[in-house]
Amino acid sequence: MMAFARLLDSLVYTGGRNAKLRLMADYFTHAPDPDRGYALAALTGGLDFPNAKPALIRDLAARRVDPVLFAMSYDYVGDLAETVALIWPERPQPAAHVPELGEIVEALRLTPKDGVAGLLEGWLDSLDATGRWALLKLITGGLRVGVSARLAKTAVAEWGGRDAAEIEEVWHGLKPPYAGLFAWAEGLADRPAVEDGATFRPFMLATPLEERDLAGLDPADFAAEWKWDGIRVQVAARGGTRRLFARSGDDVGGAFPDILEAATFDAVIDGELLVVAPDGEPASFNHLQQRLNRKTVTPKMLRDYPAHVRVYDMLFCEGEDLRPLPFAERRARLERWFARPRPRLDLSPLLPFESWDQLAALRDAARQNGIEGLMLKRKDSPYLSGRPKGPWFKWKRDALTVDAVLMYAQRGHGKRSSYYSDYTFGAWSGGALVPVGKAYFGFTDEELLQIDRWVRANTVNRFGPVREVRPGLVFEVAFDSVHASGRHKSGVALRFPRIARIRWDKPAAEADRLEALEALIS
Amino acid sequence: MDIENWLRVTPQGLCCVPGGFHIDPWQPVARAVVTHGHSDHARAGHAAVLATPPTLAIMAARGAAPERGQGLDYGRSVRIGDVSVRLAPAGHVLGSAQVVLEYEGTRAVVSGDYKRRPDPTCLPFEPVPCDLFVTEATFGLPVFRHPDDADEIARLLHSVALFPERCHLVGVYALGKCQRVIRLLRAAGYDQPIYVHGGLVEMCRLYEEWGVALGELRLATGPSADELKGQIVLAPPSALADRWARRLPDPVTALASGWMRVRLRARQRGVELPLVISDHADWDELCRTIDEVGAPELWVTHGNEDALVHVAGQKGIAARALYLEGYEEEEAA
Repeated sequence: MMAFARLLDSLVYTGGRNAKLRLMADYFTHAPDPDRGYALAALTGGLDFPNAKPALIRDLAARRVDPVLFAMSYDYVGDLAETVALIWPERPQPAAHVPELGEIVEALRLTPKDGVAGLLEGWLDSLDATGRWALLKLITGGLRVGVSARLAKTAVAEWGGRDAAEIEEVWHGLKPPYAGLFAWAEGLADRPAVEDGATFRPFMLATPLEERDLAGLDPADFAAEWKWDGIRVQVAARGGTRRLFARSGDDVGGAFPDILEAATFDAVIDGELLVVAPDGEPASFNHLQQRLNRKTVTPKMLRDYPAHVRVYDMLFCEGEDLRPLPFAERRARLERWFARPRPRLDLSPLLPFESWDQLAALRDAARQNGIEGLMLKRKDSPYLSGRPKGPWFKWKRDALTVDAVLMYAQRGHGKRSSYYSDYTFGAWSGGALVPVGKAYFGFTDEELLQIDRWVRANTVNRFGPVREVRPGLVFEVAFDSVHASGRHKSGVALRFPRIARIRWDKPAAEADRLEALEALIS
Repeated sequence: MDIENWLRVTPQGLCCVPGGFHIDPWQPVARAVVTHGHSDHARAGHAAVLATPPTLAIMAARGAAPERGQGLDYGRSVRIGDVSVRLAPAGHVLGSAQVVLEYEGTRAVVSGDYKRRPDPTCLPFEPVPCDLFVTEATFGLPVFRHPDDADEIARLLHSVALFPERCHLVGVYALGKCQRVIRLLRAAGYDQPIYVHGGLVEMCRLYEEWGVALGELRLATGPSADELKGQIVLAPPSALADRWARRLPDPVTALASGWMRVRLRARQRGVELPLVISDHADWDELCRTIDEVGAPELWVTHGNEDALVHVAGQKGIAARALYLEGYEEEEAA
């Protein structure tokens, strides 16, 4: 447990992706099975201990610590698990036995509810403060150490000199503590076989098209289709199992029973998850958001925000792997497949074109809901995992922009830790600025230096790593779209905001008003 | 006789009335007894100062020398008016002292800042039985329990081994923490040159003069980024997020302070490797010290006074918070 605790403790403070990968690799090298497997399960959100609740921890602490001192300490520390971890009375002698992670996970799974408190108390007595903190984070769920499931899997892959896609392919057939996976990563065994056909297959992703790329490309080699503004998904159905995967490999089927119900076929298809309006056309992205990240869906939600998949590609059909086939052949198979009615699915149409100019005109004219731009796909390319450069391009429509005023700047992480590199900007509403978004890229290193200097010279207030600045610096912020948002004070949320230009020349008073953004809500 | 009749808080700080002097006053006074060299205790501008010889040397090096300095070695007594004054080691930094005052058969001990852990750069704290103990309470909450400093140094060295292409930038207070961290690194077998920010050089030199060997130190401002890869660089905490740090090769930012025990505080400082190494007593040490000196009366200053007053009350000690302005909690901890 101590090695796992040290890992979590380091991950919490480490900003850089590569540094996090290195920390995890170091742990996987030194930790034995099953500890490292349970650690991977914890990092990927795969552990759940329904018998251990935060209230239990509070009760345990109350029995050991003076209530006045506990209240003063909790007030100071601000986090229950951390307060208990720090304040727990330490034994004068080191514990005779310090539990390992595997031992803890297995005991928690087997112990009935009324036995958990006793177990926890014993463990808290034998661990140090970092160990107690990690234990309490583990059992109350949500480690929040800045590691996504995908990054944790990538760490295993890179540590073993493997491709992360190889893990994604088998992940849903695996269970903690993943002994077979680690044996394979270490070169001691074959990759674990997947028995269940409805598994995740890594997506093929596109690279952004630079307009100068077009000169070297022959329009006849490419097919074009709309890039729909939804969530890229994979519907996998085989042998009675149906799953809906997001790009991360997470199974999001729970939120979309309507899609799963319609997946009565034996195939793996790739498409865009949308919510459609009564006319069958995509509704705004905002409507789709109503359906995301939910554990359960009400009948009303299903009725008001019906989900739909607009299909791009087909990876498997009745057990046959179509991925090695060229796009044109896969497309032909897909079109034949659509000869039968497919409820809640439709085919993303191909756009006929002869020249790049013709296509550019199509792209510029497209402003309706649900279209983000164009996709270009080489007709002869197989379906490859990851983001190979060349076969697929995304050609987004031109971004929208707004002139916004810098309000707060926050210090970055890693290489940027001495720079104010994360910016919150606002638009005018009445006589005041309201924050409308945050951006931390889109500028050069040289510009970062200049902004940093400006922030330091124009600070009016400091809150930890954040500085409030006087309204005086205008950013031209580019973004893909604006949506109404109840979660933001301004009432609007920008998609993919980034700094397009720094308007050193523009007085803050002449920056845009909130109404300008409200008019762009889609 | 009530102690408050002869030891009391004045606008200049704690004052020993029959002796006619202040202890660690924060405004210039005619006569001061100074416990140690940190700038919030050893302010400039006093006419006469009584302190240990190293503390006087530290004050001189920091431009805070009084008009007249009188050195008093640990264990010796002097009489000032009707008061006997003795200095006892406080274990905080080089030269740090508790002030032991005796007047008309009553003994008061003003601890200044102190800790109970072994520190290779200064003498250990000496518990002095007394009638009144004036204690600091910087870490006066039970969540503050400092781990073994050797374990913290081991974490630093593990990180150095794990990230050989980066440098490790460790924030340390110039007086005390810096030299202690260097000695702890040496004790852990780290014999590479240690790179230091220019602001640390003077105090390191002074420690060496007083017999604390630090091994090879190099100025961090000369070498190229390439040369600093894999190295440990020490700098004052204020330099961590400063432009000064930009020339370092992708530094892992560490900070050695008791405050690093609490995650929120470490994250506010943007620290990647918090090292819980403190020159102040932690909660257990504060409680243990109160027991050992056995004073029936306790005054608690600068820090989280309330929790310690609460605990002392449970022990039957007459305790109160002495809200002394002017001492800083930051950095030195």
